[in-house]
Amino acid sequence: MSDLADLNVGEAATGLRAGDFSSVELTDAVIKRAGITESHLHAYLTFDQDAARDAARVADDARAGGEDRGPLHGIPIALKDNMTTRGTETTAGSKILAGYVPPYDAAVVERLQSRHAVILGKTNLDEYAMGSSTENSAYGPTRNPWDTERIPGGSSGGSAAAVAVGSAMAALGSDTGGSIRQPAAMCGIVGVKPTYGLVSRYGLIAFASSLDQIGPFARTVADAASLLEVIAEFDIRDATSYRGERPAFSQALEEGVAGMRVGVVTELSGDGIDAEVAAACRAMYDSLANAGAEVSEVSLPASEYALSAYYLIAPAEASANLARFDGVRYGLRVGGATTEEMMARTRAEGFGPEVTRRILLGTYALSAGYYDAFYGQAQKVRTLVRRDFAAAYEKVDVLVSPTSPTTAFPIGERTADPLSMYYADVCTIASNLAGDPSGSVPIGLDNQGLPIGFQIMAPALHEANLFRAAAEVERLATFSHRPALATSEVRPA
Amino acid sequence: MPVDIDIAKVARLARLALTEEELRQYGAQLVDILEHAERVSALPTEGVPPTSHPLPMTNAFRPDEVRPSLDREEVLEQAPEREGEYFRVPRILGEA
Repeated sequence: MSDLADLNVGEAATGLRAGDFSSVELTDAVIKRAGITESHLHAYLTFDQDAARDAARVADDARAGGEDRGPLHGIPIALKDNMTTRGTETTAGSKILAGYVPPYDAAVVERLQSRHAVILGKTNLDEYAMGSSTENSAYGPTRNPWDTERIPGGSSGGSAAAVAVGSAMAALGSDTGGSIRQPAAMCGIVGVKPTYGLVSRYGLIAFASSLDQIGPFARTVADAASLLEVIAEFDIRDATSYRGERPAFSQALEEGVAGMRVGVVTELSGDGIDAEVAAACRAMYDSLANAGAEVSEVSLPASEYALSAYYLIAPAEASANLARFDGVRYGLRVGGATTEEMMARTRAEGFGPEVTRRILLGTYALSAGYYDAFYGQAQKVRTLVRRDFAAAYEKVDVLVSPTSPTTAFPIGERTADPLSMYYADVCTIASNLAGDPSGSVPIGLDNQGLPIGFQIMAPALHEANLFRAAAEVERLATFSHRPALATSEVRPA
Repeated sequence: MPVDIDIAKVARLARLALTEEELRQYGAQLVDILEHAERVSALPTEGVPPTSHPLPMTNAFRPDEVRPSLDREEVLEQAPEREGEYFRVPRILGEA
């Protein structure tokens, strides 16, 4: 392993501290990797080499002056392009925000910069994070590093693909119904959605406010924990920011699972799960039991309705959040005789099909006469889902399941059928409805060489348990595969 | 309950100027999605309170202190059209 771009965050931090290489050298290796992989993948919407090198120089100078700002000091990191960056274009993957240069940084960007992390650029996503394949980007799809004819998952597909090939050492994504965990699974890396409210969403372009949460992508569980520890901070500018203490997440990584109670979710074990995915997960349940965990089956009966409830709640909230994109203050404007006509034309022209569909669906679900039957009922189902989880966590410490019912599917396969696309989120959505933390760890490859992800869920604010189990799964799986695109023999397309 | 959507009205409420063809397409897709969502309506939920937010938080207060706001010039630079310190828009009231 001679290429610095192949190091994980922990290894790179050790090397930087020891003076084996500088952040500028590390950043240059990642920039060089991106130069090879980007023409194959299109993981980035904006890649700012010069700004990254400048930030790396600042990090190196600070270290030379005796500063050490922790595990991300000098580490090159990518951001999903729905997080605002002052002075750098932020599009949310939408045509309506083409050319938009935010006047402020998202809270997570401030956190990373304050620790001297190096920001590489902005990664591709489904428009406004609405999608499960990154095909809904107005700027073209991102491709899966393991098979470029396939989707990388979504909506944070760009962040996942970049970390998988080493064109970023780690990345941030956002997860509303699975948008961190599902692409992490499909790209063979680790992704974590923290407890709702743990990470400030100030500067995250809102999709569904009662569900959205920012979280890390990395190639190891320990790296994901380090990144989350840096960004998980109370922020008064986000009214949903959790005000309590943040427990340390990474202290239990070495503890193992002896005596830990692990619940296998019955409803996510059989029907609708690809046979190879189900078999790989079953093998992991056995491995966990052999490692000393008390593995049992747990039923979440209402989870069967979670997907339907989600696809009412999320579009309803989205239809309200996206009302602000109206051609007045920023972004696209299409002319009209009146302001209302201008707004309606701007929005019709600026939003892509999936966003338009969800705005219409949400507007309908919230409209007079239908509110109780759809949105109101979905919120009650949400309560049932939360009660199921609460009952389950009386008996177990963590719940486990596949992250995605299938491995990465071919580009174009589901774009014409919204319902089949929505089904890609069937395993991940319940955690968002409950507000609980949940993560995905790669555990193997299917017979087509595509990664399989294993999901671990924990009660709210029990990230330490999530990471403890995830670290054991990582050790048991010994997943050391890398996509062919991450090797230096590959040339730009 | 059969799903009945006045898609043109929904599009008007959402301020989306869609073509007839788009209205027809989205209307059909919405019917599909909502028929699937009806499973939710069938679930007995009498006496179940709704969850609007996953954390047991009520009001989030912050100190009422004067703090710097965004730079006005930087904000206005992003406007599709401006006039001095204002966002400029077409007339608000139609003739009809």
